This record gives sequence, structure tokens and C-alpha cells, in this order.
Amino acid sequence: MSGKKLRVATTSLAGCFGCHMSLLDIDERLIDLLELVEFDASPLTDKKHPGPCDLALIEGGLCNAENVHVLRELRKQCKILVAVGACAITGGLPAQRNNLDVRDCLRSVYLSGPGLAGGGLIPNDPELPLPLAQVHPLHDVVKVDYFLPGCPPSADAIWQFLTDLLAGRTPALGHGLIHYD
Amino acid sequence: MSDPKNTFSLDGHEVPVTAGQTILQAAEASGSWIPTLCHHPEFEPHGSCRVCTVKLNGRTVSACTTPVRAGDVVELDTEELKGLRQNLVQFLFTEGNHFCPSCEQSGDCRLQAVGYALGVTGGHYNPLFPSRRVDASHPDVLLELNRCILCELCVRASAQVDKKDIFALSGRGIDKQLVVNAESGRLADTNLALSDKALSVCPVGAILKKRQGFLVPIGKRTYDERSIRERDLDRAKEDPQ
Amino acid sequence: MSDPICRDLSDILRRHHQDPTRLIQILHDVMAVEGWISKTTITELSRALGLPRGQVEGVVGFYSFFLPEPSGQFRVLFSDNITDEHQGSRALLRTLAEALEVEPGQVRADGRVKIGLTSCTGLCDQGPALLVKGRAIGRLTPERLSVIAGLIESNTPIEQWPPDLFHVESHFWRRDLLLSTPCDPGAAMRALEARGSAATMAELGRSDLRGRGGAGFNTAAKWTACAAAPGPERYIVCNADEGEPGTFKDRELLAHYAHQVIEGMTIAARLVSAQRGFLYLRAEYQFLIAPLLAAFAERRSQGLLGPNILGISGFDFDIELHLGAGAYVCGEESALLESLEGKRGIPRNRPPYPVTHGYLNKPTVLNNVETFLAAAQIALHGAEWFCAVGTPKSRGTKILSVAGDVERPGTYEFPFGTTIRAILDEAGAKGVQAVQVSGPAGMLLSASELDRKLAFEDVPSAGSVMAFDQSRDLLGVTQNFVRFFAHESCGFCTPCRVGTTLNRQRMDRIVSGHGTRHDVEDLESVARLMRASSHCGLGHFAANPVVDLLRKFRPKVDRRLASLEVLPSFDLDAALGPARELTGRDDAGAHLSEEGP
Ligand SMILES: Cc1cc2nc3c(=O)[nH]c(=O)nc-3n(C[C@H](O)[C@H](O)[C@H](O)COP(=O)(O)O)c2cc1C
Ligand code: SF4
Ligand code: SF4
Ligand code: SF4
Repeated sequence: MSGKKLRVATTSLAGCFGCHMSLLDIDERLIDLLELVEFDASPLTDKKHPGPCDLALIEGGLCNAENVHVLRELRKQCKILVAVGACAITGGLPAQRNNLDVRDCLRSVYLSGPGLAGGGLIPNDPELPLPLAQVHPLHDVVKVDYFLPGCPPSADAIWQFLTDLLAGRTPALGHGLIHYD
Repeated sequence: MSDPKNTFSLDGHEVPVTAGQTILQAAEASGSWIPTLCHHPEFEPHGSCRVCTVKLNGRTVSACTTPVRAGDVVELDTEELKGLRQNLVQFLFTEGNHFCPSCEQSGDCRLQAVGYALGVTGGHYNPLFPSRRVDASHPDVLLELNRCILCELCVRASAQVDKKDIFALSGRGIDKQLVVNAESGRLADTNLALSDKALSVCPVGAILKKRQGFLVPIGKRTYDERSIRERDLDRAKEDPQ
Repeated sequence: MSDPICRDLSDILRRHHQDPTRLIQILHDVMAVEGWISKTTITELSRALGLPRGQVEGVVGFYSFFLPEPSGQFRVLFSDNITDEHQGSRALLRTLAEALEVEPGQVRADGRVKIGLTSCTGLCDQGPALLVKGRAIGRLTPERLSVIAGLIESNTPIEQWPPDLFHVESHFWRRDLLLSTPCDPGAAMRALEARGSAATMAELGRSDLRGRGGAGFNTAAKWTACAAAPGPERYIVCNADEGEPGTFKDRELLAHYAHQVIEGMTIAARLVSAQRGFLYLRAEYQFLIAPLLAAFAERRSQGLLGPNILGISGFDFDIELHLGAGAYVCGEESALLESLEGKRGIPRNRPPYPVTHGYLNKPTVLNNVETFLAAAQIALHGAEWFCAVGTPKSRGTKILSVAGDVERPGTYEFPFGTTIRAILDEAGAKGVQAVQVSGPAGMLLSASELDRKLAFEDVPSAGSVMAFDQSRDLLGVTQNFVRFFAHESCGFCTPCRVGTTLNRQRMDRIVSGHGTRHDVEDLESVARLMRASSHCGLGHFAANPVVDLLRKFRPKVDRRLASLEVLPSFDLDAALGPARELTGRDDAGAHLSEEGP
């Protein structure tokens, strides 16, 4: 590297933060990593909107309008966008609702679900993002440069991926590091 | 050097061949792995998944169905063919609903293991998210068609080994689907038994024995310790065809 | 309505001798009685035929013309070839749907009618066309459609519809060697007997006759291999599936030259010692059934078919008619054999080839209609006569179906070696932008390639030539072809099953103005994959329209792209529609644009 640190943004869309936990799991290597990268917008920092970045690591699929906005903003700001984890790559667990009608989902959650006294309301507050008819992987909406699979990807896989990238090599996960689960 | 009359060239290496062998058989016997999904050594070659595609004297063919002869030139691991196989695996992920983290077969699944071996990290194509049936009617067996890759192994096993014809195929093109041999379409209304061969051949997690899921811890599953390449070659060594 | 067993099932089964290889013919009869095939009928059929129920269900599910649920008393299917589309079929479909007050694709509430699309019905010289209850009606106009609407509305049995509706016209515009030289019934067979079998086979070899159905395999070589295959039983199969969109020359040959075709089959039977033959006719050509059966009967009465043909003891040969059921892939020879055996039309693994392992795994000669016709003429007039025209690698003539933007659509016989330009000129094509030769599976030629020659070694054709003038949208043409292949893929192998659908989605996206360069790249990679790894010819050729479009008309595609960047693969704003509906929201936050802010 030319001395300049790599600017990295991370976010979790319709995900569970498991991939972020795995990133933290790279343990003491995190120290080495922080020598080489600086974090922009990320749950690890407090910055809400990304500035121009080199790399975006995104976990979670696209479940609602807000997910789409956040993803597009990152795509605009980042040179390299990585779909991290099963949900970002396939839609994941949230996509299990894809063969249901989202209207039925909303009705059963807000109107007829167990624990509701009945007479519930489907919230229509403009602050709340509307759900999409189906949950989508990132590459259904923007160009994805790399996929880093796993649920979550192991700390070793993340480390291998990042060190490849930092060294300017096309990331290649060897045997044992590619996992879909 | 072996006798040139009884060898063919596999990626530039001379490999022995005996009469009647397919490319797949000859390659495996020599310790070269060719990925397969619809193939099962106990059944006639099928040639539908196409992930075993190789070049024979410059022409692409499926290695599992095509006989090889002395003097042939076979290309296996060229960049072009590796890319082609990756794309085919991506096609299979794209057309079904595969969510490995919650799949009982994860770690024991050929599709997944072939994906690992070929370095497939993501889908590339936009998923089709088909709406497919799950049949939980049978007391001991779950049919999860979201994960079916239409390899027909269960169809063949049930017809040829179990003599029951419990599975069949219907529809065509992208709407092709596995059907169950009952007017109700339910597994419960068939004479499927736990000991049926048809239950042990599914390469993915579409036909599952109930109450067996997730029993084996991660790290100990079929393809955790040894890759599918190593496993297939071990099997070929034990049971040369 | 619950799920009734077909009323006439026992009669139907008896008529077909409870023969499981006749399953597809049996299902046609069930369709004729009930209009659909119920679950209980499937169960009953499987019991009576001794077949697994799932297998029968699978056959019903494979063929477009078998319906597993009620689909209206009158099922109307508009032919969806590109020539029909260019002649206004889509607008006509909407006209009929409005007249009958029915949503396309849905059964009308009273169960009377359902309107949809079907692959090319082979009436491109008199389109647009449709099938109603399986019967073909061409030359559609708003007037004819209002007659049809009236007949459906009044529930008039189809047998009582005015016969002129169903009249299929004939348009032979050019006859050459094969079609202008007479060949009286029996003449070629007598010539064979006079010359002797070995000498006739040698004559056929010298003629260098190559198959007219597409692959161009040497006919004498095929027949010789079949004759040499071991075993007592052999079969002759005539491939009259003619499913390639834009092709209708076999329809014309069977309507007007049936005796020569049958004569060719009989000669093949004599040369390879076959006793049984099949003519596999696409179901769209129902109107040919009666004349063909009459021709068989006539020849039996003349001693030209049946036992002891020409009075020669031991020369026994007869032909059965088998109907397809709406599956283009069944034109592929090994899929056709599966279908003849009453199964799903899935192409077989080869080797072994049909000449040694064909129908019921017995040695079988399978040829195109035109190939048999040519063989009869060669047996009669000799190789030298045949080789007088054509090119050194493509002897004789080719019979073509010319359609699209030409003044005289119809059937033409041209010597091989004729330029595409000469063919188009003769048919009266004006302002040609491009020509699709040999159907969607063939090649798209640009206007600068019209001096190329019709020949196996240059521009081969299984029969179809479709011209498109300057007013036509070539992207729409490609979209139509790609949709055809997605509908017709048999689904056996991964590359074609998935690739045809991915290609259809990409083309739909591009044509509707949402395409990106990324879609174009995917079209290219999917095409490569399908060509390289498909199991049969359908998959090998299914990407041809896309490949030719991108190679020869790339600027047309690029101009239509919405963006060079990746755009959403689905309609983002529409995906919020259901949630908007339930929440009643319509604020800015309740919408998403295609390109983003
Ligand atoms: C998808 C597909 C469809 C075909 N359709 C036809 C057809 O409709 N008629 C035909 O004669 N051949 C068709 N063929 C070619 C046949 O497989 C076969 O080559 C031909 O019938 C052999 O006869 P020939 O040697 O007389 O041409 C088709 C091939 C493919 C791959
Ligand atoms: S069947 Fe295999 S690939 Fe599909 S979800 Fe299960 S483990 Fe994953
Ligand atoms: S259920 Fe399994 S064995 Fe049967 S066709 Fe599907 S993937 Fe193959
Ligand atoms: S290429 Fe297409 S039509 Fe041919 S076998 Fe494969 S899926 Fe079927």
C-alpha cells in the first residue's frame, strides 16, 4: 500500500449482525487490520452516511425501501462493494417469506397474529420503511464486485479476503474457507 | 511411458483406458476428479446436470455418458471449462431456493460441496425464487422440492432398485418438477419405506429422513473434513468400475 | 365440479388395445371427449395400461396440448410465431378476448372459453392463425374473428362450424426437380424391384442425398447402417413434427405429395427389411389426418402397403399415424422415438443411435418427410437425374417455406446453390432488413449477406425462410424466438432448462427499455454455456438468435439499453405496491425509482 489507509464502510441491511460479529472475531488481527484500514460509516463507528470509500462490506439482503436506499448510497460512494454472508448473497433467512404474499405477512403480524387483541392497525407512519414484495440479494439491485459467503463467513475467511484485497490480489478463498453455512 | 495404444491424453497426461470405459470412469481410475451431480456409480449414466462437461477431441461432451478411446484427447481443467462448470452450478442455485444455513443437508450436500470445490462464491444470476412444494405428509420422510435439482436419481432408484416407481417427473422446461406417484400427490399415500434406496441417493437436501437433521455436528459432516474431490476419488478407488 | 373419470375411457382403451405405447394417442382421445384430463382419469389409465401413475401424470404434464385442469369448452390458442405477431396476432387476440369478455390466460367464469398462445402452428403463409379445440384456422381478420366469437358465444359444436373457416390453402409458387417430375403411386417401388435392392441402395448412395430435416446426414449411410444392424425387427419413421417456427413445407408435401412420401418410406422398408412404419405428425396438422389415412387405405387396396406388397411374398410393410401433442423437442429424432413409445419427449443419450437402437430399442430409420419424398424420386429416376442440379456438397433441390415480409408467401423448390437474394426476389420481398433462415434455430442474415447461397456448406436450411423488412424491430424478433425456446425446452439438462429462461428474462428487460450492458454480457455468457454444454440440439441452437443479433446488429441493442450500470432486475417501485396498498401510503418514501436518487 502507498501508505494511505483503505477507507472501509460496513453496514447491515436485512441481516442479523452475525457477519459483523465475525469481523470482530478476527481478534488480534484486528489490530493489524486497523494499521491498514480506517472505518467510515459503520455500526463500528457512529458515522451515519458514508463518504467516498474504497470498500463497502455489506451484510444482509434487501427487505424494504430503506435497505435499498442505504445500499445505493454505498454503491455510489464505494469503489468495491462486497456482499458478505448468505443473506446478502441469496436473500437468506428473510427470503424464506418469498413465496408468501407480503400483504398476508403484514396482516398476520399486525391484524391477526397471536398476542394481538384484535383490532390492530398496520402502521402507516412515513418514517417506517415499506417492505418489498420479496426479499432480494444485493446483486438484484446493484453491481456486486465480490461475494464473501458464509453464515457468517468465518473470521479466517474474512481475514483472507481482506488481506488479499489489501495486497491488491483478486480474493480467492481456498478450500475450507468457502462455506455457504 | 505406458503403451500409447492403451492411453488417452487427459490435460496433456497419458492416462490408461480400458475398452468400454467412459471418460469419467477412466479419469477417476487415474486419480483425476471430474465433478458430477446427477451421476451415481450404481446407476446408468444420466448426463443431465452437465457439470462433468469436458472437451473430447475439441468437442464438448458430458464425461459421464461418453466413451473414451485410446488416442483421444480430453481437456478437463481448462479455464474455459472451469468457468462453464461454475456457471452451471450457479444456474442450479438460481433456479431453486437454497438457503444452506437452515438446510438439514448442509455439510453433506453434493451441490454445496461441488460449489466449494469449484470456487463458486455467489449466485451471479438473479434468483428465480420459484414457488415449490414441501411435502411433510409422510411420518418418516420430508420432501423439500425447493432444493430439488431434478437429477432424477430418486426416480431411477425407486424404479430400478426399489421397484416402486414412487417418484416421476412432470412439466417441462423451467417448470419441470418432481411428482409423487399418488393421486393425492402426497408421499404419505405411497408405499415408501425408510429402507428404500430412493431415500439415500438424493445429492441435495430435497429428500430427508425426518428426525435426522443436524445430528452430526459441524466439522464432522461428510464434506467438512474431506473435500468432495477426495471423497469421490476414495470411492472410485474402493469400487473401481 | 369434482374430478370425474373420462366418460368413454373404456371405449378409448379398447380402441387402442390397452397398448401403453399408444398413451399419447389415448390422451388425445380423452382430450377430445372431456377437454381436459382429470386426476382420476390418470389413475384409471395407469391401472389399465400397467404404467406407474407418476409416469402418466408426467406425460400429461409434458405436452402442451394435454391439460390437467378444465380449460374452457373452447380453448383458443393464437399461433405465436414472429410472422403471426407481425401480421397483428396480438391485437387480434385482444379483439377476440374483448368480444368474448374474457381475460387472456383465464377460463371465462361460465367455463365457456379460454384464450392463450401456442408455438407456431405452421400456417405462416396464411397467418395470423389460431387453433380452436385443436383445429387450425388461418387468415384471421377482425371479421373472421367475430364469426368465431359468435360461434363460441352460441356454443355451436365445432363440427357444425362453417367448413371454410378451417380451409387450409396451398401456395406452391415454384416447383423444380422433385415437385414437377411425376411419380405415380408404385412407380418408384417397381423401379426398385427392377433394379434390385443392392443397386438401389448404391444409387441412393451415388445421389449423395442428405437429410432434409436439419442435420444433413447422408441418407444412404443411415439406411445401410440400419440394414446391417442385428435383429429381426426394424422400423421406418417419418418425422412430420415440423415444429421449427416458420416451417410448413412438410404440411404442403403431406397434403399434395403424400403418395411420394409414403412411397419413400416403403422403399426404405424394402431396403432395410422393416415391417412397420410410423408417421409422426404434429398435432397442429390435425386436418391432414383424414387425407393421410385415406392415402394409406388407397395404397393398401392397390397392394402398395400391407402384406405382400406388389404381390411379392414377404414384402410386408404398413404404416401407423401417430400424433404429437405440442412439443417442439419431439422433432429431435430420439425425443420423437420416446414420444412414439408413449413417453415424455426427452432426447436420449447417444451413442447408441436410432439406426441400431431406435423405436423400442430396435434398429430404426428416421427421416424427414422431404427426405423420403426425394428418395422415392431417386429410386425412380436415378442418381444422375438428381445430381444434375445443386452444388457438389449439396445435391438436388431444397423445398422451402417462405414467409414474413414477402408478397408471395408459400412453398418454393429451389436448387441448392441458389442465393438467398434470388429466393427473396422470387417471393417478392421488398426493403429487406434481415432474413431468418431455418427458423429460430438457424441463422439471422443481414441485408449485406443476401448473396450467400442456400447449401449445407453455406446457409443450410431445414425449410424456413422468413424475411423482415425495414419496419420490423429485430429485438422484438429475437425476443419472440427466445420466448419460444424457453417454452419448448424439455427441461432435462441444466444449461438449457435454466439458460433459456434467463435469456428470456434478459431479452424482455432489454426490449421493455430496462436493459443494461450487464444484461448483454449475461446473454453472451449464457449463450456460450448453452452451446457448449446442452444435451441436445435444442439447447445448442437456442441461443443462436441472441448470438446473431449481438454479432450483426449490436448498435440496435446498445441503443435500446437504459444504462451501462447495473439496474434493478425487478420493478422496485412495483415491489412496494402491496405494502402501499395495505398501508394506504403514497408519500415519497413509499416509492422507489429505477435509477435511484
Ligand atoms: C430440437 C430439434 C427439433 C427438430 N425438429 C425436426 C422436425 O420437426 N422435423 C425433422 O424432420 N427433423 C427435425 N429435427 C432433426 C431430427 O433430429 C433428425 O435429424 C431428422 O429428422 C433426421 O431426418 P433427415 O436425416 O431426413 O433430415 C429436429 C432436431 C432438433 C434438435
Ligand atoms: S440442498 Fe445443498 S445447496 Fe441446497 S440449501 Fe441444502 S445444503 Fe445448501
Ligand atoms: S429429489 Fe433429490 S434425487 Fe430426486 S430429483 Fe430432486 S435432487 Fe434428484
Ligand atoms: S438441450 Fe434443452 S431440449 Fe435438449 S435435452 Fe437439454 S433441456 Fe432438453
